[in-house]
Parts: sequence; C-alpha cells; structure tokens
Amino acid sequence: MLPTLSHEEIHRYSRHLLIPEVGLEGQQKLKAASVLVIGTGGLGSPVALYLAAAGIGRIGLVDYDVVDFSNLQRQVIHGESKLGALKVESARERMLDINPDIQVDIYNEIFTSENAMRIAEPYDLIIDGTDNFPTRYLVNDLCVLTGKPNVYGSIFRFDGQASVFYAEEGPCYRCLFPEPPPPGLVPSCAEGGVLGILPGTIGSIQATEAIKQILGIGESLIGKLLLYNALDMSYDFVKLRKNPNCLVCSESPEVTELIDYEEFCGMPAHDQDEGSAGEGWDITANELNDRIAEGNGLKLIDVREPHELAISALEGANLIPLGQLASRMHELDSVEEIVLFCKMGGRSTRALEVLVSAGFRKVKNLKGGINAWAKDVDPSLPIY
Amino acid sequence: MITIRIPTPLRPYTGGQTEVHVQGQNVAEALGDLTVQFPELKKHLFKDSGELRAFVNLFLGEEDVRYLDGIETPLKENDKLRIIPSIAGGR
Repeated sequence: MLPTLSHEEIHRYSRHLLIPEVGLEGQQKLKAASVLVIGTGGLGSPVALYLAAAGIGRIGLVDYDVVDFSNLQRQVIHGESKLGALKVESARERMLDINPDIQVDIYNEIFTSENAMRIAEPYDLIIDGTDNFPTRYLVNDLCVLTGKPNVYGSIFRFDGQASVFYAEEGPCYRCLFPEPPPPGLVPSCAEGGVLGILPGTIGSIQATEAIKQILGIGESLIGKLLLYNALDMSYDFVKLRKNPNCLVCSESPEVTELIDYEEFCGMPAHDQDEGSAGEGWDITANELNDRIAEGNGLKLIDVREPHELAISALEGANLIPLGQLASRMHELDSVEEIVLFCKMGGRSTRALEVLVSAGFRKVKNLKGGINAWAKDVDPSLPIY
Repeated sequence: MITIRIPTPLRPYTGGQTEVHVQGQNVAEALGDLTVQFPELKKHLFKDSGELRAFVNLFLGEEDVRYLDGIETPLKENDKLRIIPSIAGGR
C-alpha cells in the first residue's frame, strides 16, 4: 500500500504529477522510498539536495567530517555559516529547509565493514558519493551481498564516471575494476584537484538514476558506464558485462562477507593523504627548518606540477614533477641529502619510493608537504 | 594508424597528451608501440611479468577488449582504443 499525499504535497510536487511517467503513483513511490547517501561532499551535496526536493520519503546520510573552507568551492549543500559543523547535520538542516515532509537520518560515522550492514539495512538503494577506493569496494560488496542497487559516480579534475551497479540485473563495480590501482597512481581530488561544478553534473546524474530506479522508468545505466569530460563536453558510453569470474557477484563468489578494504586496496579509506613515508623516511617542517638553518647543503626537490609554484614555493627548491622523476633522475646525486616535497606529502612519498628503488638512501619526505611548512614554519605562505 | 585515448591520471606520463597515435595489428602491438613512445607508462600498464594490470580497462569502441580477444584483439586502421582508469574522487 503506497502512502497518500496531502494537498500540500500535491501542490509541492505538481510538476512531477504532470509528467505521465511519474504521476500521482510515481510520487507516492518516491515518498515510500528510502535511499542511503554515503558521503555528503561533492557528489553527496547535489544528490541529497535533489532527492530531498524530489520527495524521497526517507534519506540516510553518512559522513564523519566537518565542513571546511576548502569544501565550499563544490559542496553546495553547505555554507559559510556551517564551517566546523558536522557535515551530516549541516546537510540535514538544508534538506529539511527545502522539504520538511521527508525524514533525514544521519550517521556521523566512518562507513566501515563493521557498521555498513547495520547502517544500510533500512534502505532500498545506495548512492556512492565517497572519495576513496577502499570505501568504494566496501559499498560495492555491501550492495552485492544485500541485493541493493549501487548508484555510482566518481570525479577527477574534468572527468566524471557514472553507472548503476546492480548485481541482480547486471555487472558490479568489481566486474569492471577487479583490483584497485596501485596506491599513488590515481591522485585524490585533494592532491589533483577537481572542477567545482563537476560533482554537480555527476551527482545530478546519480540522483536521476536513483529516481528512475525507484520509479522503474526509462533506460538505466545498469550495464553501461558513462564517461563525461567537461573540457571536451563529451558524454561517452561503454558497455559493461558481468564478469563470470567476479570475486563477489559470480555464481561461485570468493567474497561472501565484508572484508578489510584498506588491506585489500593497500591504502587508507580517506582522501586526506598526509603522506607519511614511514619510520625514518619523514622529516617534519620544523626539523627541516632547523636543518636548513644549520646550513649543511640539503637539496630540496619539489615534485609538484609547474602551475602549483604560483600558489606557494620554497626558496632554493628545484622542480621535478613526479611524472618526470624517473627520466630526470640523472639530475640528482645520490651522495647528496635530498628532501622531497609536494602539497601534502602524497606525491613526494611516491617520489621517495621511486628514488629508493633506484638506490638512493639519503632521501627524506617532507611530512605534510608545503602546506605543513606554511602552517608550522612560514605562515606568509597560503595553505591550499 | 590507431588512436589511444589517454585518461587524465596517466597524462603525466604522456607529456600531457590526451590522444596518442600508434601502430599495431592488434591491441598488444598498439600498447607496445605506446610504451615505446612513452616508456614511463609501461610500469603503470603492465606487471613486471609483462601481463596487463587488472585495473587497466581497455575498450575498443564501446566494447571491453576482455570480452573480445583480450590483447590479441585485432585492430584496423583508424580504430580508437580507450584506456579507462578507476578514479575514486567524490568529495
């Protein structure tokens, strides 16, 4: 039995009721539906705003973070008045302002293998708006194991991807990506950047797919991957197939319960790459400052991209972007003491691995990158 | 001539190029030519054993080459290969 709509709701949703594919019954289905949005950041913002406005009866939000100044360039559900507030609370307040008739459940938790089943249990459909590989594999496996559709979106710079991974009717995320890339190959948005509008485009597609899935209308992205590029303004589609040997959604799966996804991916389940190279390989900003003051000829190598020099730079550093390091290694002398740095320490950790595997030993990683230097040593530099 | 579309995360290894033209009768030869032109791509696409890494998705047109003939899939003049990476960003 579908819930009825009040006169006020009929007025509110009149533009939906006028579409024959939605109509009164469709709007009632939306009211009866429950959707879990994992992440209330770039993708989660438009998803949560549009699902609230569309009248999805019950929406769950999962996030553990607080609103930061650098979020506001794209996370349009949050505003400056909410800086420092819990993202789930900030998002819920905005959603209920748009539509007080809906129920918004908040989970101020890191989404993990331990709590995922409990959190997801009441919801029909899951929307993946996370920012890291371990959580994406967790969301996929959870959806396969519980038979829920996973409305997927991901973004990087100008590139976006979207699909609906629903193992009951098509392939899952692991069918396409059986393994994550090695740590460091694909930079996070925090290291590599993202056009602020891009999550708006991809998140809106995810919200659209969720509503089509609930209404059972149109042609869905099940079995298809959308590849969007904002620079080319291109939308390309490729066909996805169910992998008969898929570890989780095949006839005889190896993965039958949630696993340790940080271990599986070999990387942490967040995108804040503080870039520690590990015991003995790191140098803090303050230690580096002391070493420079002692004046014993450290070689500073900046492995960022050339355009980042205009944002902040360290005096006397040489620029060798990470992508060129292997071919320009001859410019470095393994007898000299080398300190590598980038924005936050992620890329310089990769650079350190490249040099160490080539035989360099007197090499250190500036922990926390030039941002840590700006914070702890030279506040005249901006943090980005 | 075959065109290979290079995804954003791999562009640092192709000098920023978004598309690269290569020669080859099949996918393996095309990738071979690609990594001759851009040697630093090799370790990102292939394991030390020479096998294509599992996270590297190659599509010929809209078809996943895994479901064609894999790296033996024949190519003809003006075919377009696309490398599709996994990206995880969302915040």
